[in-house]
Amino acid sequence: MNKMPRELKYTQTHEWVRFEEDGSLVVGITEHAQAQLGELVFVDLPDIGIRVHASDEVCVVESVKAASDVYSPVSGKIIEINEDLAESPSLVNSDPYHDGWLFRIDPDDTEELNELLDDQAYSEYLEEDED
Amino acid sequence: MLKQTPLHEMHVKQHALMVDFAGWEMPLHYGSQIEEHHAVRNDAGMFDVSHMGVVDVQGDWAYDFLRYLLANDVGKLKSPGRALYTCMLNEKGGVIDDLIVYFIAPTHYRLVVNAATTEKDVRWMQQHAEEYQAKGYELEINLRQDTVIMAVQGPKAIEKISQAFPQFKTMLNSLKPFRFAVVPIDASDFPTNLAAPFSIKEGDFQFIIIARTGYTGEDGVEIIMQKEWSVLMWTTLLKAEISPIGLGARDTLRLEAGLNLYGQDMDENVTPLESNLSWTVAFTPPDRDFIGKTALMADQKQGIGQQLVGLVLLDKGVLRHDQSIFAKDEFLGKITSGSFSPTLKQSIGLARIRVQPMSSMPPIERCEVEIRNRRLEAKIVQPPFVRRKKL
Repeated sequence: MNKMPRELKYTQTHEWVRFEEDGSLVVGITEHAQAQLGELVFVDLPDIGIRVHASDEVCVVESVKAASDVYSPVSGKIIEINEDLAESPSLVNSDPYHDGWLFRIDPDDTEELNELLDDQAYSEYLEEDED
Repeated sequence: MLKQTPLHEMHVKQHALMVDFAGWEMPLHYGSQIEEHHAVRNDAGMFDVSHMGVVDVQGDWAYDFLRYLLANDVGKLKSPGRALYTCMLNEKGGVIDDLIVYFIAPTHYRLVVNAATTEKDVRWMQQHAEEYQAKGYELEINLRQDTVIMAVQGPKAIEKISQAFPQFKTMLNSLKPFRFAVVPIDASDFPTNLAAPFSIKEGDFQFIIIARTGYTGEDGVEIIMQKEWSVLMWTTLLKAEISPIGLGARDTLRLEAGLNLYGQDMDENVTPLESNLSWTVAFTPPDRDFIGKTALMADQKQGIGQQLVGLVLLDKGVLRHDQSIFAKDEFLGKITSGSFSPTLKQSIGLARIRVQPMSSMPPIERCEVEIRNRRLEAKIVQPPFVRRKKL
């Protein structure tokens, strides 16, 4: 929990979102999420081009012990996925905020972005969650 | 409140992630489940499996009782120091539990049963023991609360234990699979620099059981000792560079070895014949009766409807418990255990499928597994998936 980048936004389902200059969003799972899951052995990424709604299950990350859904933080179209994860799913564990990113989405509605948590709010949410 | 084993503090010291396992607080891993898996396959690792139940069956009638209680025949144990894997069945032939029985003396057998089923098992044993006790036959069932079980497994397990305990080297090397030794041990058996800070004093003395058994498919032993000795033993073996291994790796190791997990691959609704365990049911000698025998013999006559097989996923993905299996759109059955095999680097599983009628030759070798509304291709194989390396 020590490294939670300030420039990212977060969800209560433990995804992070990075705003890109071209208006697209890059999505991954947080340090907290990867630590809870344990070592990933497979990441089932969405197809490029599909349209998703906010809170849709778009991706599944599988550790040795279990499979967990990853939800889309916003509605939009999947425009890129992290191909490196096919060979190296453990990138999500070793570098969840950079090399372990999951997919890039072109958002439909910028209003939805206001619902996302900042690092402070997510951090507080995690603390509450632990109690 | 979760129960803790006498080694709890040692796990915490080693930064284990502790989880609830059948009411026990147990180590899932000590950092990396996958590295722990490889340590056992390539070197040596040790597990605290003290959550398992240790049940002593004692008395003049212990032998007769166990021949009736268990589906495998303790009569095969020709002399003390031998152990046997067996199922304990209900009247319908359903599996109440699987266990290892150790022949310690003609009036003393020890059963090691699964943690989640310990209470149920003891009730079942006591219920049947009452029939003997009512006749005045000497027979006692005693669940031990004072023991620790450590499994030390891996191709270098014997070598590393022998380094820590040179006095056991000859015994360990001559111990065959499913044999055990009852070994006297005292403070002087441990390195002196270790013995001092522990609760063991000079002159303290115990018998421990060292058995060439395990649940990983590797060579190794399981050690049953009084709890007072466990921290000293654990520390000694840590010094001998045997890595602590959590229950997470234990599960992937046993799955690669094709060993069933009770409660997942089998339970009271299936028989050993449907669980790839026919070899553990002793129908001979024919004059021996055991609980579940009549039902199993009827099943055999009728033909078994389902069987437990191995699956190797050919596509990318991970097999999981309860996923459905199809052959050409026909439902075949379900996965009972599935995971990622760190050794094979692909997903493997056990599945209970319909037995193919003799007419469907050649037998089905390929099938499809439904994972998140997609059908992925898998190969049907006979476990084990990983065999012990020849050294």
